[in-house]
Amino acid sequence: MKNPPFNYHRPATVAEALDLLAKHGDDAKVLAGGQSLLPVMALRLGQPEHLIDISAIDELKAISVNDGVTIGAMVRHAEAEKSAEVKQHAPLVAAALPHVGHRAIRNRGTVVGSIAHADAAAEMPAVCLATEATMTIASTDGARTVAAADFFEGFFSTALAPHELLSHVHFPAANATTGTAVVEVSRRHGDYAMCGLACSIDAGGGTISSAALAFFGVAGTAVRVADAEASLIGKPPTADAFAAAADIVKATLDPSDDIHATAAYRKHIAATLTRRGLAEATSTIGVPA
Amino acid sequence: MSLPSVNAPIGQTLPISVTINETAHSLDIEPRRSLADVIREDVGLTGTHLGCEHGVCGACTILVDGEPSRACLMLGVHADGAEITTIEGLAEPDGTKHPIQEAMKQAMSFQCAFCSPGFLMSTVALLRDNPNPTEAEIREELSGNLCRCTGYTSIVEGVETAVTLLGSSALGSTGDQATGGVA
Repeated sequence: MKNPPFNYHRPATVAEALDLLAKHGDDAKVLAGGQSLLPVMALRLGQPEHLIDISAIDELKAISVNDGVTIGAMVRHAEAEKSAEVKQHAPLVAAALPHVGHRAIRNRGTVVGSIAHADAAAEMPAVCLATEATMTIASTDGARTVAAADFFEGFFSTALAPHELLSHVHFPAANATTGTAVVEVSRRHGDYAMCGLACSIDAGGGTISSAALAFFGVAGTAVRVADAEASLIGKPPTADAFAAAADIVKATLDPSDDIHATAAYRKHIAATLTRRGLAEATSTIGVPA
Repeated sequence: MSLPSVNAPIGQTLPISVTINETAHSLDIEPRRSLADVIREDVGLTGTHLGCEHGVCGACTILVDGEPSRACLMLGVHADGAEITTIEGLAEPDGTKHPIQEAMKQAMSFQCAFCSPGFLMSTVALLRDNPNPTEAEIREELSGNLCRCTGYTSIVEGVETAVTLLGSSALGSTGDQATGGVA
């Protein structure tokens, strides 16, 4: 359907955007790449009175390296995908990007927009949880930071207040003995996954010292399975250890049935992806970006 | 490139300058209108097809500054200052088909052809960036385009035929090679 009418604002600076958000808050939505918001509007799932288009704000277009990588709200997926800094310092982000949408979507959509949209079946929120990313949230009240674990609250629901802007997301640096992988099962490549996993494993010296398993498509938000992560610590990165973790994942996750997959099938995929993802992540340890 | 701030109440139009298929256009458009509608209705280039109008089918794929983008998921105002190529920009002015169009014709990649403009534009970018893709790469790069007729096999074959037709020549070479081998 055609877009509903809206008042259109295209601020040139973050300060102007925050003033507009303070003024229009509840009746406004922030438009970045538009690859989620414009379909929402076309389907009349949302009909904001004011669109605040941040695409002209240059200060939100940077990828910067600072003990990890900070990605601004107008960095498009394709730009992050091409970035050597992201590959080197945030390998899990780099691993997730080819799975996001299709080429044409990645050329327009933004990394931070995907995080703010908080689709439970999307890759980037799971990457935020697995890497323990930090959200920088700006408003006319000043800036605040929120840990990823506190940011995602439910289906399409986050800690962002209506007058706030998710301006940057910081992904902490991965160390040299960490391997990462993003694996998923979807009906067509590029579609939202029936179940997916963003994982990392640190196995320096042949013993697992830390692991992160963040699943998407299985609940109202992406979820980590702490017991399965803990089961890996102190073990060598072997198929047996991964299978034991997979059993815990299967016993822990509580997904729903929908038209795409039954809950039982999702649990089965989650266990398979645990084994597959951890093996793939281990194989990337020490491989230069 | 810094754009000035804009505040446009409902109904107000904004001026944009956009180059489409190497022709410059100055347009006044309402911000709510999609780039696809602007291209079809204001510029009159109806080769860019609209299927779902919410970013699923890929029929409206065009090149924006060389990169495939869904014209239904861009506002017309987002094209200010951009260089756009649509399906009408592929053939030579004398009507000679682009080598990829010729290849897809040979491979019978088109049935009802509603989806074809989107597939062609995605393929132009695919073969520019990866002149000799594997079948898996072709299927991956075209996964954002839906076809309800062909079952995709003939479309993938069309891309493979294009790889052969284009041979060692640069993409965008003209008629002589493009029509070679056509009965």
